[in-house]
Amino acid sequence: MTEPPSSLEDDLGERGPAPQASVPEPLPQGRWQRLVAVVAVPVASIVLALIAASVLIIVSSPAAEGSIDWTLPLAAYGALLQGAFGGPTEIINTLVATAPLILTGLAVGVGFKAGLFNIGGTGQVLIGGFTAAVVGAALADSSPWVACPVAVIAGCLAGAFYGFIPGFLKAFTGAHEVVTTIMLNSIAAFFISAIVNDVLRAPGYTFARTADVGNAALPHIGSGAFNIGVLIAFALVPVAYWLLWKTTLGFEIRTVGANPSAARYAGMSPRRLIVLTLSLCGLFAGLAGVLQILGVVGFYPATYGTAIGFDGIAVALLGRAHPVGILFSALLFGAMRAGSGLMQIQADVPIEIIDVIQAVILFFLAADVIVRKLFRLRVARAGVDEVQTVTRSYGEQAVG
Amino acid sequence: MEGVLDFLYNIPVLGYVIQFIAYLISVIPGIAPIVLGLAVPIALGALCGVMNERSGVINIGIEGMMLFSAFTGFMVALVVNNAIGGEPSEGMFAATPALLIGVLAAMLAGALVSVLHAWLSISIRADQIISGTIINIAALGLTGYLNRLISPTGGAGTFRSFDPPEWLVDIPVVGWIFNMFLNQGPIAMSVIVFVIGLQVLLFRSRWGLRTRAVGEHPRAADTVGIDVMRVRYRNVIVGGVFAGLAGGYLTLEATGSFQNGMTAGRGFIALAAVIFGRWTPIGAFLGSLLFMGSQALGVAIRSNPPVGALGETLAGFQQAYPSIYNNFFAALPYVLTIIILAGVVGRSIPPASVGVPYEKEGRA
Repeated sequence: MTEPPSSLEDDLGERGPAPQASVPEPLPQGRWQRLVAVVAVPVASIVLALIAASVLIIVSSPAAEGSIDWTLPLAAYGALLQGAFGGPTEIINTLVATAPLILTGLAVGVGFKAGLFNIGGTGQVLIGGFTAAVVGAALADSSPWVACPVAVIAGCLAGAFYGFIPGFLKAFTGAHEVVTTIMLNSIAAFFISAIVNDVLRAPGYTFARTADVGNAALPHIGSGAFNIGVLIAFALVPVAYWLLWKTTLGFEIRTVGANPSAARYAGMSPRRLIVLTLSLCGLFAGLAGVLQILGVVGFYPATYGTAIGFDGIAVALLGRAHPVGILFSALLFGAMRAGSGLMQIQADVPIEIIDVIQAVILFFLAADVIVRKLFRLRVARAGVDEVQTVTRSYGEQAVG
Repeated sequence: MEGVLDFLYNIPVLGYVIQFIAYLISVIPGIAPIVLGLAVPIALGALCGVMNERSGVINIGIEGMMLFSAFTGFMVALVVNNAIGGEPSEGMFAATPALLIGVLAAMLAGALVSVLHAWLSISIRADQIISGTIINIAALGLTGYLNRLISPTGGAGTFRSFDPPEWLVDIPVVGWIFNMFLNQGPIAMSVIVFVIGLQVLLFRSRWGLRTRAVGEHPRAADTVGIDVMRVRYRNVIVGGVFAGLAGGYLTLEATGSFQNGMTAGRGFIALAAVIFGRWTPIGAFLGSLLFMGSQALGVAIRSNPPVGALGETLAGFQQAYPSIYNNFFAALPYVLTIIILAGVVGRSIPPASVGVPYEKEGRA
């Protein structure tokens, strides 16, 4: 049982030819060309996805209106834009929706950098938010200077612990994180529902929920929805960049992601890095949950569910697992989430179209051959190179 | 005998364990049909996983394939039912044309989605885990979108379970096994046939040998004239049919309705069952029974609680904390999945080339 899993022992060279992505094409010289090379395929994928989604909207329009409505996509995207950027309130809503996506995007992206696929963002968000709600409710009447930071830190640590579990399992038993994190997502929901219903249910409400977080709530700036958590999330983008590219830990993370055996030969411990990285991912996702509960909701409903954990996957892939890329793709999806409500009301296009757009963007990123041929682009591949380490480790997991 | 049991039951702490084992033995025949019913989508998903991974393709999109087929099967059955109506037949499963066409549509939907997975991961050589992720996100979005847009009312009903003859079920000792496999609808009943059939084919047929060769060492298989791409395509698509059938089971045999995200991680439990079963159909099937049996136990204890001290403790707990009790058993399959993956069952080794795209003119 404690025997090291083969994923950490095998020489990668013995596993046949590497996937196509293994040799990234050199980026062209010059700042402008390099920017174009990096951004071209993602932007083209977004455009193609919006076109594909409008086809779906047109084709499915008879189901809602009885006849084909050729202008429905325009109405839908118009309402989406208006809902996301139509005024100061809308822009603030977009920023508030972007903040958790930055964090869940980092929770997936930093994992990618180490060759790990953290699909457990959802569970880490729930556990982080739940812990913050419980600690916050307990400190609801104490000074905000104590209540708020303590609740935030507690939530982050709980999220980190929930990332530690799959990290430990992968490092010491070989259980692959793609399956364990998904299982942990469901377990988190069951666990929290059980505790909120039976133990922590606040009296006086018609539905099961925890007590108000009171003074532990994140301070709001101005009269709108803008809270201090948004600033924290945006500030973590440069922090993540610094961590990945300016620290020893970041160097080790990137090395083990690019080539686990090289990392091992260089004296790094892949096990330690797996555990550390997934805990760090859990911390980011946990903080996303904290921002939602302490900054937006104010208590924890037993049936709480959220898409921000899964959105993190698309955010990280579109952002090429780079903090700056993650910032921009989080803004894109944050704007879509913020504007989708108005789209559903005004144009009768269900908000789930956002998920479809996400999937199609990822499809074109994965099949970037099509995109490059279609637009005659001579640029680098769009994928996250480290993902092949994830896929290899799936083939190498051994129960033992 | 009574005296011995009494003595065993009254040992502190350990007595509870012995009581629990005795309870398990007494209750399993009763809940066996429920266990199989819960295990059907997992087992079919696991067959999809075996088909894929044996030929060297990872498929984490089983979940999405199931969900998409569940929706497609349900909608097609609903539309056909509204168009031609028709009373349920008096046959053994109360099958209607709508239900049958719905199941076919579900299988076809599974095959279609798996063509996408095959194309991305075999021809384009995109990353297989990303391809599966795309399928999961797309299925969740597309079914959610269409479900809200159409907001279907009613449904086409479900297949009825077969009522096995009394004399067969009443056979002492083994009668309950007949009940388990025969007191089922058509899809659940056919699972055991698929499992055994696939097990035999995989290890005793030319197709099986080729599949395993392509999964272990594609270059060697290519050298002796096996078309690696074709074998992989075929396996991924046939696997998709199994995943589609699992989806059809959920909406047309188990529940009769569709809810957003109703697969609830079953596709991933199926992947764990594949690993538990060491990439064999029968092993994966046993894994599915084990995973879902834990959930059925919650039902059994509620409806038919154990007698004695154990029963009183459980009943008291259920009374005081109903939500913890229910959620505990609902979460058990997911917890078991993690425990099994973490290696309580010993070592198992996947096909050597799983996850590695094959390039015909690549380096040797």
